Amino acid sequence: MNMRAEIQRTPAEAALVDAFGERLSLLPGDGAIMVKRDDAIEQVKAGLPTRRVESWHYTDLRRLLANVPAFDASVKAKSVAPLIEGSTVLSLANGVSQAVSSIEGVTLQRLADKLTDGSYAAALVTYGTDDAIGAINTAFVADGYFVDIEAGVQLDKPVELQNLQAGGQSHVRLPVRVGAGAKATIVERQTGEGAGLVSSVSQLLVGDDAEVLWLIVQDQPETATHLAQFKAELGKNAKLTLFVMNAGGKLVRQEVIVKASGEGADFKLRGVNLLAGDSHVDVTMVLDHAVPHTSSTEVVRNVVTGRAKGVFQGRINVHQIAQKTDARMACNTLLLSDDGEFSTKPELEIFADDVACGHGATVTEIDHNHLFYLMARGIDEKSARGLLIRAFLAEVIEELEDESVVDPLEELLSNWFATHG
Amino acid sequence: MLEIKNLHARIADSGIEIIRGLNLTVKAGEVAAIMGPNGSGKSTLSYILAGRDDYEVTEGEILYNGESILEMDPAERAAKGIFLAFQYPMEIPGVATMEFLKVAMNSQRKARGEEPLKIPDFLKRVKEAAASLDMDINMLKRPVNVGFSGGEKKRAEILQMKLLEPQLCVLDETDSGLDIDALKIVSDGVNALRSPDRAVVVITHYQRLLDHIVPDTVHVLYKGQVIKSGDKSLALELEENGYAGIIEEAA
Repeated sequence: MNMRAEIQRTPAEAALVDAFGERLSLLPGDGAIMVKRDDAIEQVKAGLPTRRVESWHYTDLRRLLANVPAFDASVKAKSVAPLIEGSTVLSLANGVSQAVSSIEGVTLQRLADKLTDGSYAAALVTYGTDDAIGAINTAFVADGYFVDIEAGVQLDKPVELQNLQAGGQSHVRLPVRVGAGAKATIVERQTGEGAGLVSSVSQLLVGDDAEVLWLIVQDQPETATHLAQFKAELGKNAKLTLFVMNAGGKLVRQEVIVKASGEGADFKLRGVNLLAGDSHVDVTMVLDHAVPHTSSTEVVRNVVTGRAKGVFQGRINVHQIAQKTDARMACNTLLLSDDGEFSTKPELEIFADDVACGHGATVTEIDHNHLFYLMARGIDEKSARGLLIRAFLAEVIEELEDESVVDPLEELLSNWFATHG
Repeated sequence: MLEIKNLHARIADSGIEIIRGLNLTVKAGEVAAIMGPNGSGKSTLSYILAGRDDYEVTEGEILYNGESILEMDPAERAAKGIFLAFQYPMEIPGVATMEFLKVAMNSQRKARGEEPLKIPDFLKRVKEAAASLDMDINMLKRPVNVGFSGGEKKRAEILQMKLLEPQLCVLDETDSGLDIDALKIVSDGVNALRSPDRAVVVITHYQRLLDHIVPDTVHVLYKGQVIKSGDKSLALELEENGYAGIIEEAA
């Protein structure tokens, strides 16, 4: 027995390890899956990452993860209307899926079934040794939805994957496969009530010539811990736009791990992070341009109020063969309080010699001149500030163009400012 | 309508005094031209009237309709009817011009206890004002002043002025960056606003604008003071002889 590790374990680490022992008999999975769970909990036992681990430098999970609630089967998650009217909703209530109805051209399965019969074993992987979210999730994941969109299918209605929590713990996975030439809009809704701990891993495969708009909308309560990972791989001429909005949570880490594996693939990340209170919100991206002629743009806009701390890490790896890569990254932050903080870390690792890559980051206050101009037209200071902050964020949202998507996102913005403005 | 008495003001950051005992009275219905060489404090005066907090008034008084405005913020002054047409109008990315106009008009209406404008009424007013200034309404679909040429920005300022119907209009170097056709259109726009209960303060470097907007009074500003006042002939004299003579005379 490793006594030293036992002694050094934080309450959160101990709670996770203990919970694993208690939950083990209830977790679905065949032999192969149970082996993966064991490996994963060993990784947790070895200790959560600290600031000495490079990818966790600004989010010292070991220190920040103070509270791991017990599993609580008695709480009931409240249902919510879909973000975009008319969406097909697949909801998870405290980590448990519902019976699935079918969509034409789409195979839907409850992930619990795929864990039980072991057909999900090969996909249950973590991302290296620093992948704490992947490890926690692999150890505990009990359910989710598997969505398989057949080649050539153009979904006319968005699919909304709702992860609704009500306290306690929930660990889900959302594997989605979009076949060649198919087109889909997927909403990943992360919301709920209470001081829960959520881990959620989305795995997206975008087939050749397929086109996906994926929206992650996270507005957990100010007491919740939200650990999320979005992994995607893009085929030839595949297009993926990922829109991430964080508008809640106490401790939030959203990882985005994308690989452009097919020539002509295009990835866009657009992010809006609204930080209030004493929250800590981290968006960390690792993007691989693995083949020639792929492109990506990332635009992340943040508003920081209160004593909140924000992080954006953007790492772009351009592989040696990935000539003609075009990658642009920008992270802009409006710091609205003296006690708020934002850390930005762009990293470009370029091994090819014929590429166009760039990044830029700004942290600013509201432009004094702009404020004066608006006020000189009779707009009171509070409204003028509101206009300018919203304009700063609206630029990113309005790029999505489709009104049925833009309008509800702008409404979320309004609601957030009504509470935190 | 406007009474400035022994005004002293400095740049808040550096403490450098720009306005040094300025006196000026502008009556309702009057068009007053403020002229002066570079660095005399013309633009500073316009900013102080609008309430920009980069400047600090250390002495003196500004009365507008008999009431001191020094404690009012820019929005309160605007709602009371003071309008500054900027020398360099700000570009504000992300704020749609139409939205900005609507919020501005309705903010002022609200401050005056009036009902907000109905959308069709608002659109009608904007269309009419744009047409009178020969502005393409499609420009107003863009964010505020973004991508506008210098002349288009100046027109947009006058458009705002028309829509907000201020009582005291302060035009800061409105002629700079305008070609002769645009100058005519903008001047016509200002002249159309002349009325017995409205005052206009035209800040300019050159006589050129005053051929189009003919002033009732002309005041020469130098080193933060009005050193000479007269009628429109004073502007012509300046055009002819430059500022040197008047500066010498005052010293």
